[in-house]
Amino acid sequence: MRSGDRNGADAGEVPQRVPRDAAARARLSGTAVPDMPRLTGHTAYAYLVAMSIRHGLLALLERSPMYGYQLRHEFERSTGATWPLNVGQVYTTLARLERDGLVEQTGESDEDGKVVYRLTDAGHAELTGWFATPLAGADRPRDELAIKVALALTTPGVDVRSVLQTQRTATLRHLQELTRLKAVADGSEDTAWLLVLDSMIFRAEAEVRWLDHSETRLARLAATQRPAGASGPSTAVSTDEPSDEAVRR
Amino acid sequence: MSTGAVLELRGVGRVHGEGPTAVHALRDISLTLRSGELIAVMGPSGSGKSTLLHLAGGLDAPSDGAVLVEGTDLATLSRAELAAVRRRSLGYVFQDLNLIPALTAAENVALPRELDGVRARDARREALDALAEVGVGELADRFPDEMSGGQQQRVAIARALIGPRRLVLADEPTGALDSQTGEDVLRVLRARCDAGASGLLVTHEARHAAWADRVVFLRDGALVDDTGAAPPPEVLLTADGFG
Ligand SMILES: Nc1ncnc2c1ncn2[C@@H]1O[C@H](COP(=O)(O)OP(=O)(O)OP(=O)(O)O)[C@@H](O)[C@H]1O
Ligand SMILES: [Mg+2]
Repeated sequence: MRSGDRNGADAGEVPQRVPRDAAARARLSGTAVPDMPRLTGHTAYAYLVAMSIRHGLLALLERSPMYGYQLRHEFERSTGATWPLNVGQVYTTLARLERDGLVEQTGESDEDGKVVYRLTDAGHAELTGWFATPLAGADRPRDELAIKVALALTTPGVDVRSVLQTQRTATLRHLQELTRLKAVADGSEDTAWLLVLDSMIFRAEAEVRWLDHSETRLARLAATQRPAGASGPSTAVSTDEPSDEAVRR
Repeated sequence: MSTGAVLELRGVGRVHGEGPTAVHALRDISLTLRSGELIAVMGPSGSGKSTLLHLAGGLDAPSDGAVLVEGTDLATLSRAELAAVRRRSLGYVFQDLNLIPALTAAENVALPRELDGVRARDARREALDALAEVGVGELADRFPDEMSGGQQQRVAIARALIGPRRLVLADEPTGALDSQTGEDVLRVLRARCDAGASGLLVTHEARHAAWADRVVFLRDGALVDDTGAAPPPEVLLTADGFG
């Protein structure tokens, strides 16, 4: 069963699990995922590329002018041929890029009337700027989890510690899933995918660290707020709360 | 697939001291580790993780409940029998490493095999293989005080992995290692378990725990949560925490 699950991270099962995983991921980060059913490959890689499909197309056109269907082909190739991009999505995005003056038609066309697109100077500048500019905090999805925990703290009848614990277990499961995907991808040449996986793994890890930290903070707070007379011998262990230094050596 | 329990804790408790100053290091822990399975134990400092590993390794005896290794209740064994089980079935990476300072890396690693009666030459060859497996093959003839903390750690891991050991108990085996090296160690452990061994791993690092089939959480000596064995991906959807 276990080894079966491990193998399950292989190509065979991925189309089943990936959209779900991406959806869970999206809910985790508080963002909506457009066109989820079309994502059939590489979990979050596809998802992340979907978020920046504009810049993905610009990056491909930076290499050379291309037909729309070529762009689609190259796009799929660069995602390890596991994300069959909807050709309509390519043309819609191209039309917007053209409207914004970032790409233009070269005037060439094939016998079917398909046209060749190239990057404009403005498109080149946009792409260069995108690579050169770090993401600002405000560009990231709002941190729904932090808000949820903060609300849990101030809402009567909600046990914050169990909110933290439930989340930690869920995030660890997610981390296990990502780690299995990584174990499968390890031997592959797909460095881009491995980099993206690592990024998601470190993010999930940071979340667990924050949850641990929050739990310790709350436990300490509870210990100091406990009335002096209430701390008998039976609480000897639980009042001896660990310091952060001890927890995160 | 084998479902044999390599390690089983049945309602295990451990109390240090007596009366009003008694410390309940562990309370009513039940846990089954199967062949091929890697379980990670997480929890704050003082929550009982090392105590759990000591009990599992027969280095300490429970106050309540029973510890079974490959079906044998450790409490029923004589001292000599217990020592034999520890030597043959168990590999242990201690939180404080426990390398013998007067022995080289290879000698430290070969020691448990020699105690098992393996010929010195064969034990050394196995030791060199185990050292190479964790990436410190070239340090075989150095003494512990001639190695960095992380290198010593890998030697200790090699010692736990050498020979046909089926149960590896590791207490913070990646503590002194950098991110990449720590991960390499987890890969070695994972590969061992995929090859049929079983592992119980204490770690503070979620990223390392995630290599395990199952992650359990200890708090104040009690098991408070568990990711379950090899969760199906749907769990990601149904877990309320993602809402
Ligand atoms: N010999 C002992 N006598 C009394 N109390 C002990 C003894 N050994 C451990 N304890 C107590 O038992 C509890 C659990 O200790 P343990 O070493 O298992 O924690 P841990 O989870 O491994 O912590 P860390 O992450 O710091 O290594 C602690 O409160 C500790 O003080
Ligand atoms: Mg410990």
